[in-house]
Amino acid sequence: MLDLHGYGPRLLEGAGVTLQLAVLSLALAVLLGLLTASARMSRNWLLQRIAILYTTVIRGVPDLVLMMLLFFGGQMALNVVTDAVYDRFGVDWYVNLNAFAAGALTIGFIFGAYMGETFRGAFMAVDHGQIEAGKAYGMSPWLVFRRIRFPQMMRHALPGISNNWMVLLKTTALVSVIGLTDMVRVAAEASRATHEPFTFLIPVAAVYLLIASVSEWLFARLQKRYDVGFGGH
Amino acid sequence: MAATPIPLEVRNIKKRFGDTEVLKGLSLCARKGDVITLIGASGSGKSTFLRCMNLLEQPDEGDLIVHGEEIRFKQTRHGREPADWKQVVRMRARLSMVFQSFNLWAHMTLLENVIEAPVHVLGKPKKEAIEHAHALLERVGLTARADAYPAQMSGGQQQRGAIARALAMDPEVMLFDEPTSALDPELVGDVLKVMRELADEGRTMIVVTHEMGFARDVSSQVIYLHEGVVEEAGPPRQLLDTPQSPRLKQFLAPKY
Repeated sequence: MLDLHGYGPRLLEGAGVTLQLAVLSLALAVLLGLLTASARMSRNWLLQRIAILYTTVIRGVPDLVLMMLLFFGGQMALNVVTDAVYDRFGVDWYVNLNAFAAGALTIGFIFGAYMGETFRGAFMAVDHGQIEAGKAYGMSPWLVFRRIRFPQMMRHALPGISNNWMVLLKTTALVSVIGLTDMVRVAAEASRATHEPFTFLIPVAAVYLLIASVSEWLFARLQKRYDVGFGGH
Repeated sequence: MAATPIPLEVRNIKKRFGDTEVLKGLSLCARKGDVITLIGASGSGKSTFLRCMNLLEQPDEGDLIVHGEEIRFKQTRHGREPADWKQVVRMRARLSMVFQSFNLWAHMTLLENVIEAPVHVLGKPKKEAIEHAHALLERVGLTARADAYPAQMSGGQQQRGAIARALAMDPEVMLFDEPTSALDPELVGDVLKVMRELADEGRTMIVVTHEMGFARDVSSQVIYLHEGVVEEAGPPRQLLDTPQSPRLKQFLAPKY
């Protein structure tokens, strides 16, 4: 039997942190990705530029650097704001950037840029006649989006989303640098204390692999759902 | 007694794409029960004209009056645009379009296609919409295909399904954009037959078509467009049997 030297519960907790962090980051990344894709495809020059700047900067800077920049920089920016509020209104208000929230925000922010490109390509792949038919039948832009563009775009976006998700999942391992106790951090601590790195790292790898396999199965099901009517691949 | 408003009236529509003026001031008035066919060579502007009527294209100039309500426009940096999109949505719900490439929504079954706009645009109860849809599918001979996806249907079936979708809106005017041009010759007849029945029951229709037989037998008025101008217009027999303009004569002449 595998002896985890009493680190079992903490490792499990760490796995929970990893999973929660990944799911929350994914939700944020999808939302940001949709917004970015919409901004890129809008007629508004400023929105287009902002979206291009966002994707270019994020994709060109290492995740680790971004994470530290956003975490430490984010706290500094928050301090400036809370100080200003104190000076101006006398309200003593202080926000300490929670490592979990910061991690989720950072990863979401990074992957939002990748998702933006995925969604943009997927939206452009939708046959324009499908959208025109929606308009011609009196649908508002929101209704066209919700009933036609989104469901038809998803089948093109899912392979990219799935790919981004796998990378995102592994990127969560970086959050230990900002002090978040995910399963990698627990495993590293335990390895150092017990001098048995494999005892901890192999189970950690297995958990990542398990999450990845389950998600792959889920994505395959989603793909099937969104392929309905298109005759599959 | 108040007169019923004219279903659709367009006046002096102009449209340019870049430097090319494709519509040079076109007008049309569809009274209740009118079947107006637009004919002309490719590039004459007939499809663009039709698409201006439900604002899938934005006309650069001209007025659009649907059911007595004039559409309001404003100038923006991107050109002339409707001032009130809610008004556009409302007017589009009164006009149904049948497209050359059918454009049935690919991710929905035929039945779902037919009830989609009545339920989500008109706010019709779903149960009622489904009953109505079944009746319409029976009309166009597609009862057995209600649960099929468009990709599983032939072109002719898709187009008849698209007509059922259009009818489900209880439209005041039906716009047909070359409804048979993408069909195999042997499938054209079924679609034309359905359209003819609609005309016979007094539907107001505006049809862009290359089917001269349909234009002659079914329409109340034929408009021949040439390079964005009405070259000749009139009752079908007069226009098709004794064309006055040399261009129309040439257009109608046998090509072989």
